[in-house]
Amino acid sequence: MSIFIDKSTRLVVQGITGRDGSFHTRQMMDYGTQVVAGVTPGKGGQSFEGEVPIFDTVEQAVKETGANTSVIYVPPAFAADAIFEAADAGIGFIVCITEGVPVLDMTLVRPYVIEKGARLLGPNCPGLISPGQSKVGIIPGNITRPGPVGLVSRSGTLTYEVVYKLMGAGIGTTTCVGIGGDPINGTSFIDCLAAFEADPETKAVVMIGEIGGTDEQEAARYVKENLSKPVVGFIAGQTAPPGRRMGHAGAIISGSAGTAEEKIQAFRDNGIGVAQRPVDVVGLIRDALGA
Amino acid sequence: MNIHEYQAKEIIREHGVPVPPGEVATTPDEAERIARKFGGAVVVKAQVHAGGRGKAGGVKLAKSAEEAREKASQILGMQIKGLTVEKVLVTPAEEIASESYVGIVVDRASKKPVFMVSAEGGIDIEEVAATNPEAIRKLAVDPRYGLLPHQAYWLATELYDDAKQQRAAEKIMRELYASFLDAGCSLAEINPLITTPAGEVKAIDAKMNIDDNELFRKPQIEALRDESSEAPSEVLAREAGLTFIKLDGDVGCCVNGAGLAMATMDLVKYYGGDPANFLDIGGSSNPQKVVNALKIITSDPNVKVILFNIFGGITRCDDVANGIVTATKQIDIRVPIVIRLTGTNDEIAIRILEDAGFSAMTDMDAAVEKAVDLAKGEGK
Repeated sequence: MSIFIDKSTRLVVQGITGRDGSFHTRQMMDYGTQVVAGVTPGKGGQSFEGEVPIFDTVEQAVKETGANTSVIYVPPAFAADAIFEAADAGIGFIVCITEGVPVLDMTLVRPYVIEKGARLLGPNCPGLISPGQSKVGIIPGNITRPGPVGLVSRSGTLTYEVVYKLMGAGIGTTTCVGIGGDPINGTSFIDCLAAFEADPETKAVVMIGEIGGTDEQEAARYVKENLSKPVVGFIAGQTAPPGRRMGHAGAIISGSAGTAEEKIQAFRDNGIGVAQRPVDVVGLIRDALGA
Repeated sequence: MNIHEYQAKEIIREHGVPVPPGEVATTPDEAERIARKFGGAVVVKAQVHAGGRGKAGGVKLAKSAEEAREKASQILGMQIKGLTVEKVLVTPAEEIASESYVGIVVDRASKKPVFMVSAEGGIDIEEVAATNPEAIRKLAVDPRYGLLPHQAYWLATELYDDAKQQRAAEKIMRELYASFLDAGCSLAEINPLITTPAGEVKAIDAKMNIDDNELFRKPQIEALRDESSEAPSEVLAREAGLTFIKLDGDVGCCVNGAGLAMATMDLVKYYGGDPANFLDIGGSSNPQKVVNALKIITSDPNVKVILFNIFGGITRCDDVANGIVTATKQIDIRVPIVIRLTGTNDEIAIRILEDAGFSAMTDMDAAVEKAVDLAKGEGK
């Protein structure tokens, strides 16, 4: 089992002919993801490498191919509209990889997607992978394998580091989800924790956070109240100075709020084991699994 | 991106908010001339991207044009939180009957723009938030409908009892919200919003932080960027498409991805070292990005060792390796380089580096430990 995506995921790629879109479409297909359609306005009727039909609109793609999930690789200026379009076309799960979407756009996009009954992951996220079944986004396929751990993270390459170390220790994942580093996004830590709790194959969860905001603190309280499964955490940014944006739009310490110390304390107070270094996640997870 | 007080005031003035006149001076002579034009007492205010200007002595009252010159010469060139004051705003001194605070932020918790108002304005609003949070009234705006008239009026009644002042403040709330959207702000505030003894309502200080992600579609706001108020290395990095923040340590870090970059800095600290910077070379890095990154890191004289930590995904390790080899031919690098590469094309990368006389590691902890030892002069 897994969360959000599995073998039955039928994917449409928005921005399939762009540089990033085409590269990652190939990667996803090689991994085994069912890529059923692509969308690029003005290129309807063409095909991607002779294998995937391209449509002008998401609506056509859904009608012709039965796509149920979309992934977005369009530039920031068009990302909000691409999400609106996917939601309007009845897509149930929308993954937005695009980095640099204005936060005011997201204040409009988020309620719209929720009203349509869809789930958005991202923006500014690496997507997700359910090893052995499907991957949607840009997470490399060869750094994790099927196993009992659910992983949710605000980061990209730091996530790769952790799942790769887990794989090195023989530990795989059910699903590895990158929720993205923006201050307003579609899917939260709590959404993923709830999904992992409901997934019978997931036996333990890793939560990787960073400085900025209070999402990790709220997630920690949620863990204590709602999760029967063990949770292990890591927080990046202990050496980050206040008031400076550390790459991610959401990774900023404002005043005294959102520091790594505050988040680590919230994890500890709510029974979440905290790894001091990324590599320490391995030992904590091994203990949690009782292996 | 941060903009200066005088720039933020110009934006809210264009939207109708009553703001007293003001002009910017870069020399004491100019300050005197501006003060003479206004006549009477003026305030000379440092224009610098730092809070607490008043406490640092960067805001001074001058009763005459001669005094304005003297105050400007004290303020220009002074350091506030490590930043040199290059400009002052000269503005007529206002008589103040009351001071309030009005701010809008994009609130992560409610995922909406949120107004905050307080009748206890003028001073440090963060302190009010910490010691007397009930004194701050909040209102979340549904961005799909905007600030509704009755909401603007409610905010105004939280500040004033007088009907005329309430109407003036209601209008200011709407104008500030329009300014906030127009400039693409993550924060906009008027602090203080004053009343005068004659009963007028005016904004005598304004602050705006702009969402960097808005700049591609707001060239008029990008044009307000003041590069003289940023560290030169950060300006260079931005032009090269890199995210760079200078810190005080001696281990130069070059990493792909913001989360991994922060975790690398933390690990440097864990092993007893001090990071010299945050640097994210981003995804799909071409060799030229690596060359630019090395130029920026080596321009910091504190750097004693350079640490690469690359987890290849979209970023190809061989691109990074080629960049390192090219850079070392172009730039005279006098400090040791520790390289850790794992992921996409790592074997090719290690071959490229070994052919050029470098050695590369695959484990993050081992690489960080080695870099810290070298910075301390204990490495072999």
